[in-house]
Amino acid sequence: MDLNPIWLTLKLAVITTLLLLVIGLPLAWFLSRGRSIFKIILEAIITMPLVLPPSVLGFYLLLAFSPQHGAGKWLQEVFNIQFVFSFQGLVLASVIYSMPFMIGPIKSALQGLPVSLSQASYSIGKSKWQTFVHVLLPNIKPSLLTAIVLTFAHTLGEFGVVLMIGGNIPGVTRVASIAVYDSVEQMDYSTANAYSLILFGITFILVISVFVFNKYRLKSPLE
Amino acid sequence: MISVDIEKKLKTYKGRQVLKIEHQFPGAGITKIYGPSGAGKTTFLKMIAGFIQPEKGKIVVDGITWVDTEAGILLPPQKRLAGFVFQDYALFPNMTVRKHLEYATTDQAWIKRLLALGKLETLADHKPVHLSGGQQQRLAILRALAIKPKLILMDEPFSALDPEMKTSLLNELKNLFDELAATVVIVSHNLPELESLNGDTFNIDLDLATA
Repeated sequence: MDLNPIWLTLKLAVITTLLLLVIGLPLAWFLSRGRSIFKIILEAIITMPLVLPPSVLGFYLLLAFSPQHGAGKWLQEVFNIQFVFSFQGLVLASVIYSMPFMIGPIKSALQGLPVSLSQASYSIGKSKWQTFVHVLLPNIKPSLLTAIVLTFAHTLGEFGVVLMIGGNIPGVTRVASIAVYDSVEQMDYSTANAYSLILFGITFILVISVFVFNKYRLKSPLE
Repeated sequence: MISVDIEKKLKTYKGRQVLKIEHQFPGAGITKIYGPSGAGKTTFLKMIAGFIQPEKGKIVVDGITWVDTEAGILLPPQKRLAGFVFQDYALFPNMTVRKHLEYATTDQAWIKRLLALGKLETLADHKPVHLSGGQQQRLAILRALAIKPKLILMDEPFSALDPEMKTSLLNELKNLFDELAATVVIVSHNLPELESLNGDTFNIDLDLATA
């Protein structure tokens, strides 16, 4: 059995999760503070992948980054970057697709902390950044872990969006979920079963570990 | 000295009302604030500390303008450095008693003295969740004092303390306030509990809004 799709899937999930941590933490903090029309619209856009069929998202990404026109053409000509049918395209699509899973739990947890915690930190002279690092972040650890694991597990299981923008190129965009589909199409059920079992095992262990670590306090990303 | 002349709209159970305060609080002294629940006492303290902005007015502390809505001056709380004791304590769940004080100051001798003052030396390595209500409230007071503030704002700071602890802590605090030459503003529902502290009293009540 070719293990490349498994390694590619894990690589994609690790990169996506790390990128989303960097993007998601400040964004979740921004969204957790107060309400405005701009924030409501931004949050709606971030949440869309939860309800949108993945193929729809993949289709629009395919159009947007097609090297024949628009942004895709510009990126190809100026930076020689191609998002369609490439690994970086998978990363971009995964970041967008899994973003609500990273931002949802962190935002909810930050909103759940009393505002007086930040105020107490400010009153003793600490900046917003110091307050975020020393007070807010350590007190939302369970939700942070939930967000990381959900993002990772969700990326492992991507199919529609990945197929649309990445296709099925062995070693480049052929992740495990696509390898399962491909094997079934070729009537190779034993290979499909092997890939499926590995994916099932990894995600099951991840989810169990979150339940154990968070003492059964796993929060839904929609909470 | 704190000179205050501010207006802030409040939403209360009686509807929209306006909190108007024009008062001068003496420097290096204690002012006890009382008033009915929901009258805006906490909001007033938070406006001085910089957590809430008034719609209109000025706050001048020792000759420095902290707030002037007309001139667009709004000093952030980090620059006001008012020691604030929160009604809900606002302790950091991730920090031990000692870490709370170390987060505020690096002066180890001062930390040691504060721990003794709050009788929390033996609990220095405990987190808030393992402290009683009274111990948590004392820690909230110690954290506010850790930065050696010139202005101390206390919101119902003794409500969870037993009478014996309250008496002994008040005696110690009186000396500390003198030593820091601090201006102290204490909000309390229960003025008799502050009997042993000399100082002015000030009543906060709401005027009905016209809007």
